[in-house]
Amino acid sequence: MTQMLGSDAILRSLEAEGVDVVFGIPGGAILPTYDAFARGTTVRHVLARHEQGAGHMAEGYARASGKVGVAIATSGPGATNLVTAIADAWMDSTPLVCITGQVRSNLIGTDAFQEIDITGISMPIVKHSWLVQDVEELPGVLKAAFHVARTGRQGPVLVDVAKDVQEAAIDFRYPDEVDLPGWKPPTRVHHRQVAEAARAIAAAERPIIYAGGGVLNGDACAELRALVEAADLPAVVTLMGKGCLPDSHPLNYGHPGMHGSKYANWALNKSDLVIAVGTRFDDRVTGKLSAFAPAARVIHFDIDAAEVGKIRHAEIPVVGPLKLALAELTTALRAEGRPQHDEWLKQVEEWRQLYPYRYSRAGSMVKPQFAIESVRDLAASREEPTVWTTGVGQHQMWAMQYLQCDEPRSFVTSGGLGTMGYGIPAAIGAKAARPDARVVCIDGDGCFQMTSQELATAALERLPIVVVLVNNGWLGMVRQWQELFYAERFSETHLTHQVPDYAQLAEAYGCAGFTARDESELESALEAAFDCGRTAVVDVHCDPEEKCFPMVPAGAASVDVIEAPEEAVA
Amino acid sequence: MTSHTLSVRMENKPGALARVSQLFSRRGYNIQSLAVGPTERPDISRLTLRVDCSEHSLEQIEKQIHKLVNVLRVTELVPEEAVERELALITVAVAPDKRAEVVSLAQAAGAAVADIGRDAITFELVGRPEEVEAFEELVRPFGVRELARTGRIGLRRPSSQPRGSNGRDRHLR
Repeated sequence: MTQMLGSDAILRSLEAEGVDVVFGIPGGAILPTYDAFARGTTVRHVLARHEQGAGHMAEGYARASGKVGVAIATSGPGATNLVTAIADAWMDSTPLVCITGQVRSNLIGTDAFQEIDITGISMPIVKHSWLVQDVEELPGVLKAAFHVARTGRQGPVLVDVAKDVQEAAIDFRYPDEVDLPGWKPPTRVHHRQVAEAARAIAAAERPIIYAGGGVLNGDACAELRALVEAADLPAVVTLMGKGCLPDSHPLNYGHPGMHGSKYANWALNKSDLVIAVGTRFDDRVTGKLSAFAPAARVIHFDIDAAEVGKIRHAEIPVVGPLKLALAELTTALRAEGRPQHDEWLKQVEEWRQLYPYRYSRAGSMVKPQFAIESVRDLAASREEPTVWTTGVGQHQMWAMQYLQCDEPRSFVTSGGLGTMGYGIPAAIGAKAARPDARVVCIDGDGCFQMTSQELATAALERLPIVVVLVNNGWLGMVRQWQELFYAERFSETHLTHQVPDYAQLAEAYGCAGFTARDESELESALEAAFDCGRTAVVDVHCDPEEKCFPMVPAGAASVDVIEAPEEAVA
Repeated sequence: MTSHTLSVRMENKPGALARVSQLFSRRGYNIQSLAVGPTERPDISRLTLRVDCSEHSLEQIEKQIHKLVNVLRVTELVPEEAVERELALITVAVAPDKRAEVVSLAQAAGAAVADIGRDAITFELVGRPEEVEAFEELVRPFGVRELARTGRIGLRRPSSQPRGSNGRDRHLR
């Protein structure tokens, strides 16, 4: 027991949890805790420029490291600014502890200055939240917060701490155990279900693995790979799962979904046994649900029982930790003998050869896909590992299609919520988690302008990232929908290539700025950005006409893939 | 859409009720009745909730309620396997010359007199929800001034089959 203030107890708790870096912005109701930072801690604080940025940084940190991300904000607007990041973490199951200051206990409920009911506002988008009005509860609540964020299906939690609690004295001892009688996520798997899954796989003619972000969260990448190889199972991997099985693995048939490959969509949809692993049959993957893999039985592995049967009935549900479940399944399959589905493997491989991603470099402007391929190849030629982040939109889908991620946690993106502006702050968080890696954010011009103020954070906190701006001068994905589905009425989507001048803006923030107006300027700009040793923005002026294909229109069957028109790829 | 009764044992903590009810409101389901109160343990509350929703949604919501940190257990109460009761207070307009008639009618239906005023009587009735509804119909012709119902509370019958034997137990944790 050590006598201290509540604010110091918060930092001692973070230290006890092994937190090495947090992201935040101070303000009135959280001032005592920032005073505790000034008194000293082993926890590094990264000062963001907007709380949404702090939240996404914490997410990027969590996704790149596998550890719990921590964001700190003040009450009122500080807390509401965190909401988008909390929602993003909720949708993508990213473990996050958000600590917000709250007005003094005696003012709670009075509409005091900068008072907002953040536990109420965030209720639908957190696993749990706590409003702390008694300093004695603080250590136990923080212990519980980290435990809930990281166990079971991971996700965000929020701890709202009244200002007077931060100022109150406490005999601090960090608890060893959590006291949460209602929180019992599964820790084991049902052996009978796994055995049934093994028999179904052995008997299937056209089995396919459909793996998602849960494989990364469940630290089950090695087990997935062992399973794929033990039974020669072709696999498709969702956007959130990218990297859980090496993109270069011969049995990895890439990404299904709205902008996934035709071969991945066909492989998934024409299978007779879908082995879903840590994934949730998102509408962006399934397309029209009644037409999704109509001939398939489903085995669904998930840590979250509420996901099983939510969208698609699972004939064989297996609820529990994926790491255990997949390892046990592989053992069971080895006992069954190598399954025979050579015809199927031949078929999916044929589709892969027939329907690759494609685009044409014709024309004077840089094609976005070429920009992404160029930075991919440059990164591959360097020694450092690369962690990629993206914003949301066309550039994100092209990044999914063209980047090659062979390592877990090397691709960080906003999947479920589709949060424009995620890329830059997530990259900063990823850099804090992976100082050994080069962190490259593939961003769009629309996304960039939503969180570009965090370039100041990257520059001043010495967390250098490379932003490759796929600048097509438009809200590109919206433009694409307007072109295809709204008779080319380009309503309020034109941003221009020129305003702002992104390279100058980067320079203004203390970063290096480069502009590539055509292919001839691209390679040197990217190399300069890679080698400048500080945060760099490469503004690549891209062809606004280029559309993201293949595409499964919303509500269509996912076998009905629209491919790039012949004239566009000739 | 059919009516279902859920029984939720949860920690007696601020926000626990809101976390449960929000799972219904986000889907646009209206909760017909909801009763929360203490259990045999002061730190634990029981919530009994009646809602109209599809079987598939209910299963989904039950699983999501299970995941709530404050929730210890959730079960669906199946009418034939549960004891369900409700308390109603009904104030009926009664002219002095009709008092005897109304009171005897009410007593025959199992209601008790809670208060008598100059031109109205408040009855209390504890019963199965159908009995409460029947009583409401019975006194309606006299003129119901005000009515308050607790919403049903329920417990599984000790005399019914043990848990898990009827396929109704959806404890997936």
